[in-house]
Amino acid sequence: MSEIAAEPEGASRPDRTFIARLKDSDLLASFLSSKVTVAAGAVTIILFLAALLAPWIAPTDPFNPATNFLSDSLDPPSFIAGGDPRFLLGTDDQGRDMLSAILYGLRVSLAIGFCGVALGAAIGVGLGLISGYAGGWTDSIIMRIADVQLTFPAILIALLLDGVAHAMLKAQSRDESAFAVLVVSIGLSFWVQYARTVRASTMVEKNRDYVLAARLIGLTHARILISHVLPNVMGPVMVIATINLALAIITEATLSFLGVGLPPTEPSLGTLIRIGQNYLFSGEWWIVAFPSLTLAALVLAVNLLGDWLRDALNPRLK
Amino acid sequence: MTGPLLSVRDLRVEFATRKGPLVALDGVSFDIAPGEVLGVVGESGAGKSLTGLAIIGLLDPPGRIAGGEISLAGKRIDSLPPAQMRDIRGRRIGIIFQDPMTSLNPLLRIGDQLTETILAHKSVGRREARERAIAWLGEVGIPSPEKRIDGYPHEFSGGMRQRVVIALALCAEPALVIADEPTTALDVSVQAQIISVLKNLTRRHGAAVMLITHDMGVIAETADRVAVMYAGRIAEVGEVHEVVRDPLHPYTQGLMAAIPTLEVSARRLAQIPGAMPRLSAIPPGCAFAPRCPRVFARCAERPPLMAIGDRGAACWLYDRAAVAADVRT
Amino acid sequence: MIAFILRRLLASIGVLIAVGLIAFAMFRYVGDPVNQMVGIETSVQEREQLRHQLGLDQPTIIQAARFLINAARFDFGVSYQFKQPVADLIGARMPATLELALVASILSLAAGVPMGVFTALHRDSALARLFQALSLIGISLPTFLIGILLIYLFAVVLRWLPSFGRGDVVHIGSWWTTGLLTASGLKSLIMPSITLALFQMTLIMRLVRAEMLEVMRSEYIRFARARGLSERAIHFHHALKNTLVPVITVVGLQLGSILAFSIITETVFAWPGMGQLFLQSIQNADIPIMAAYLLLIASLFVVINLIVDLIYAAVDPRLRIQLHRAPV
Repeated sequence: MSEIAAEPEGASRPDRTFIARLKDSDLLASFLSSKVTVAAGAVTIILFLAALLAPWIAPTDPFNPATNFLSDSLDPPSFIAGGDPRFLLGTDDQGRDMLSAILYGLRVSLAIGFCGVALGAAIGVGLGLISGYAGGWTDSIIMRIADVQLTFPAILIALLLDGVAHAMLKAQSRDESAFAVLVVSIGLSFWVQYARTVRASTMVEKNRDYVLAARLIGLTHARILISHVLPNVMGPVMVIATINLALAIITEATLSFLGVGLPPTEPSLGTLIRIGQNYLFSGEWWIVAFPSLTLAALVLAVNLLGDWLRDALNPRLK
Repeated sequence: MTGPLLSVRDLRVEFATRKGPLVALDGVSFDIAPGEVLGVVGESGAGKSLTGLAIIGLLDPPGRIAGGEISLAGKRIDSLPPAQMRDIRGRRIGIIFQDPMTSLNPLLRIGDQLTETILAHKSVGRREARERAIAWLGEVGIPSPEKRIDGYPHEFSGGMRQRVVIALALCAEPALVIADEPTTALDVSVQAQIISVLKNLTRRHGAAVMLITHDMGVIAETADRVAVMYAGRIAEVGEVHEVVRDPLHPYTQGLMAAIPTLEVSARRLAQIPGAMPRLSAIPPGCAFAPRCPRVFARCAERPPLMAIGDRGAACWLYDRAAVAADVRT
Repeated sequence: MIAFILRRLLASIGVLIAVGLIAFAMFRYVGDPVNQMVGIETSVQEREQLRHQLGLDQPTIIQAARFLINAARFDFGVSYQFKQPVADLIGARMPATLELALVASILSLAAGVPMGVFTALHRDSALARLFQALSLIGISLPTFLIGILLIYLFAVVLRWLPSFGRGDVVHIGSWWTTGLLTASGLKSLIMPSITLALFQMTLIMRLVRAEMLEVMRSEYIRFARARGLSERAIHFHHALKNTLVPVITVVGLQLGSILAFSIITETVFAWPGMGQLFLQSIQNADIPIMAAYLLLIASLFVVINLIVDLIYAAVDPRLRIQLHRAPV
């Protein structure tokens, strides 16, 4: 049975150039060539897996009040004198096992990070596409808003959005909706970079022949944007997203540390550090130390990976 | 001064790459006499600019001089320590780059850039340096130099900027000026002016010129002698009029035939079939052999630059023994 | 040139008004101002009276206008928590924050620029590599972690420096208080300012390095070298100037973000500044303070941006000329 010849993919799916470029750029070779990058990659994978599998590998469920006894609170790590062998990394002021709390905290920190980046990317890419494609007033307005927002640091915007939401919601719903509020705050404060990059690429692509051809056939603008232009502008978006992930994680941790993020009942790494700081002078150093180390390792590793990725995909440095 | 001003012998320039060294210049030899204008002509990628950069010691790594000798007024300069090479640059060898829009520091006044260069090489005071700078601007044809000396580069047009660049290259009065495609980036109407400025100024100050260009017309009008480069090697060298009128090397012949003239009736422009090989794919033997209409068996071996009178050509056609051997087979 | 300045001024005022309107919306519509201010026992009549007094029954536009006009006079209403004028509360805390921010800014510049130049010019030296590694840490780790680390090291373990508060302060004039003139004040200033400065410092260092490397690759540097100028002249006369011009813009904008990060630092070190006040106001839904802080910070940013734009136009002759006439 003869195969029907596939229509030449080149015209409508030039996103192959990104993947092709990926292979061409000796990505794997450059990744393996730096020990630091490999280490960063390993740490990242370990932490991601730990977060993913937290419900299964955590020794206890730190959120179940039935299993947390205040009599167990403030126990030092098991490898230190006075430690309880049940709690590898000690317990916090509520009697929760630090290891479990850290695993779950890691999980929720990463979840918010990913969701925040996804939201920011979705908004940014969407607005960028519209702005670049439509031009005229729409473009001006969107870019004006972007410019104004850019004059303020993202953390401030996130803090403001979070704070306003915090102030508007009553205490109970505040805790429950903390996750969503954080994701929205982060997403809304980070969309601008995506929008600008995508807009620039869109303005280039919209004059290309394949777009004109699609218009001639009669495809709707939306269809053209999504199936034709979007794949071609995704390249830089991926790089920005990777770098943004570390920023999103830091932002969430900072907001939680400041007390306007996740509450102590469902703590993220930032919340744990906030709790732990109070015990620094009284000697229970483990409450602040282990979450800090985990956060530091996570952020450093993701940043290093982001650095490597950016250098590897930068044609000018070759 | 007896003997040539600049003497290049068997210059070899390599680039270190992951896959091994890439030979960019392979055994380039030529001389420049004091005050002479040597045109160096060839296609893009033939190695003309590299030759100039190697002479003035500005090869960027991973490029490096891997062999041969460069001598200025009898003394070797290819392996000097950086401090001494710095002395030579500007004071004894000057260079003009192609793009006047990027050659000048946009944030410094051109007067500052001129006086700075003069002060670096001549022992004069600030005021005297400024006077000289104004004089140089006048010599290159900038109107009202005493007013324009305090201007910034973007206040000048492309042609004016290149004049400033020429002044900068000459203000320390070097004996040799390397002009690397000085007109390529300029409007056609301005090109002739710049060439004439360059020519007059160098003649007035007794400087020799190594004029690198791909424009044969400029060479024919300006140069005394010409060297034709191909794939990192010298194909032919000789007096300009002789080479133009009676080219020896088949490549040069092809070049001359490809120049359209008004006298010839309309027919297809003659082209040299094929293209110059990339540096990584130069065939063994004569580099031009794959495209040469007169190739024969001996061409599988690389021809040296043969002397024919006071001209030179790297072609076996001018080796009687080789030609004779070919006729017999 | 004048046209340029006017345009920028108008744009800035526009942004300020926009932010002011957002602050007003927050103030008016997040929660009910009257209910926030009074106790439970207050009768409905008294509430209506208060409402009328505050002008909350007027048309929105008039309320908005009044809000903006009051804001321009630094009258931001009364805090819900403290029952004091917001302007006084913020004013009392402003010197603490400004002093911290100023010291941190100077620190980040004084350290960041030279380090950046050094790592660009001596790319392969061991020291440069060390700086690079440190810069990665400085830019990766969140500010609060660095603060806690410093506290642990210098306050808990070594006991050299105090871990919270501002130490003893000296009053200057009717309003300003400074910690710079007392020993305990200076000691208290060290860790917070380093924490605050670290991120900016590494940012500046990386930026200066990248810019300088870029400049050193340019044609005019090559031509300068070809003219036989000394490396010294090339580095400091040609390259540095060209490096610093784009750096100025970024640095100026970063100075603004130091103010944002001061919120975090003030929390870590219990520094009695505006940031702490703002955070408390968020915890307690104290809208007047939140609105005022927003407006204040926004104004500061807008002013800083304007100044940076003007400096840039003054320093880069190309921009200056573009504003006047075309080249000959």
